[in-house]
Amino acid sequence: MNLSVDIAGVTLKNPVTVASGTFGSGIEYGEFVDLNRLGAVTTKGVANVPWPGNPTPRIAETCGGMMNAIGLQNPGLATFKERDLPFLAQYDTKVIVNVCGRSKEDYIDAVEQLADTNADLLEINISCPNVKEGGIAFGQNPKMAEEITAAVKKHAKQPVIMKLSPNVTDITEMARAVEAGGADAVSLINTLTGMKIDVERRTFAVANKTGGLSGPAIKPVAVRMVYQVANAIRLPIIGMGGIRTAEDALEFILAGATAVAVGTANFVNPYTTVEVIDGITAYMERHGIEDIKDLIGCVK
Amino acid sequence: MGKKEQITAVITKQVCMTGSIYEMHIKAERIACEAKAGQFVSLYCKEGGRLLPRPISICGINKEKGELRLVYRIAGEGTKEFSNLKSGDEIVVTGPLGNGFMTEDLKEGMHAVLLGGGIGIPPMLELAKALPGEKTIVLGYRDADTFLANEFEAYGRVLIASDNGSVGVKGTVLDALREHNVSGDLLFACGPKPMLRGIKEYAEKAGIRAQLSLEERMACGIGACLACVCKTTKKDEHSQVNNTRICKEGPVFYAEDIEL
Repeated sequence: MNLSVDIAGVTLKNPVTVASGTFGSGIEYGEFVDLNRLGAVTTKGVANVPWPGNPTPRIAETCGGMMNAIGLQNPGLATFKERDLPFLAQYDTKVIVNVCGRSKEDYIDAVEQLADTNADLLEINISCPNVKEGGIAFGQNPKMAEEITAAVKKHAKQPVIMKLSPNVTDITEMARAVEAGGADAVSLINTLTGMKIDVERRTFAVANKTGGLSGPAIKPVAVRMVYQVANAIRLPIIGMGGIRTAEDALEFILAGATAVAVGTANFVNPYTTVEVIDGITAYMERHGIEDIKDLIGCVK
Repeated sequence: MGKKEQITAVITKQVCMTGSIYEMHIKAERIACEAKAGQFVSLYCKEGGRLLPRPISICGINKEKGELRLVYRIAGEGTKEFSNLKSGDEIVVTGPLGNGFMTEDLKEGMHAVLLGGGIGIPPMLELAKALPGEKTIVLGYRDADTFLANEFEAYGRVLIASDNGSVGVKGTVLDALREHNVSGDLLFACGPKPMLRGIKEYAEKAGIRAQLSLEERMACGIGACLACVCKTTKKDEHSQVNNTRICKEGPVFYAEDIEL
């Protein structure tokens, strides 16, 4: 049985990674799961310099989901290269480094700093709804998305995955834009912008007022968008949004995703990633599927 | 793999202590074996729409029986769900989480003062057991429902404060501290943020060090999501900014290291 998949020339031993921001750099989750089992670890977004993030409260639970407005707090690339990347180098798993920035120059600086590291793939976050500059500003305008993609591609040594925002009218327009900019792959979806109000206190539930909604509640939206994008562009897709079981992951694969990422479910059950991998294997056995690639985009 | 784990634990006892305060005992041998005073566990809801764990402080650790005693307040739908569980029911738990109190900093001959306010009282009980030597324990309640107060008597001198004055000194734990002219060499505190703020200020003026146990909304509970941060006076080594993770580097910090 073959579970391996290919993302822009990088082979993942299985199609399961994690959604950026839900797994740190794997250090904490390594206490619960064997990181060698994962197809790839996708790190929390890192910028060229440290970012302090947003005020607290940064999260709120919603029915079947959660909202976060962490604001991309990160230690900056110097620390990340010294601590997080060497940690991940100990494991037999691919490393996808999620990169965030406030300007084109930030992104370029960051990908250049990552050139001679063990990062296998770069995921460019142009879709974070919780920072004022950069992030989603680039992810909602196709022209800017294409421009950022082209700029990053010019300076990046590793293949580039562009992470798309669902907070747009037509996600295929954004997917086509980053494809035109030279992206090697896309990942989707980032969180949906939401709001929650505490009626007793008459305040916003998160200090940032709005937050990114994630978890099982958004899965149907995510599956639909992966399907649309798979039919619009030729790039490999990493699908995510509410995955907590192998069946959830398989929905994304059947919709057209080459790989999938477990996000919010890590907070609920730290063993989710390996359970999804084992569940996919069991599904393939049950259905007599020899190669996972035979399932990609195969919804009838 | 580390010392933390997520398991399905059996509830061995669940009772209402008073009003909305409940006491739950769970069988969790490995967590009980590893746990220390001031650490916490994450409890998960059965109701599928409620995804995130509820962080609950550890009130008692019974290493022989492999059990944890958790005393919590119904604060919302999640904790309400927990309160409906009965002995024999199962609950998913992750732990032990956080670092707990730095008990080793209480040197021989030092007098410890423990301050607990409201639902910050339960973790002080295991701490009172763990700390050697003479102790003063100051407990702050809303009213005369002084849950756990009698259990502290075995471990030191107990002073009570209540918001409405129905029992002990009217006011906060700090009012009780001043009224009884208590002085100590090291303070340990857990309670609502305004109380901790007051203790931080008091400790700074008095030139006494204070260990404060903080609370914040959490998602992962293990240090990955960066939801539950607290501002720090110096640059935090992990974050490289003036923010530290309450669930991982805390929940207990020295007052001088944090901003409240």
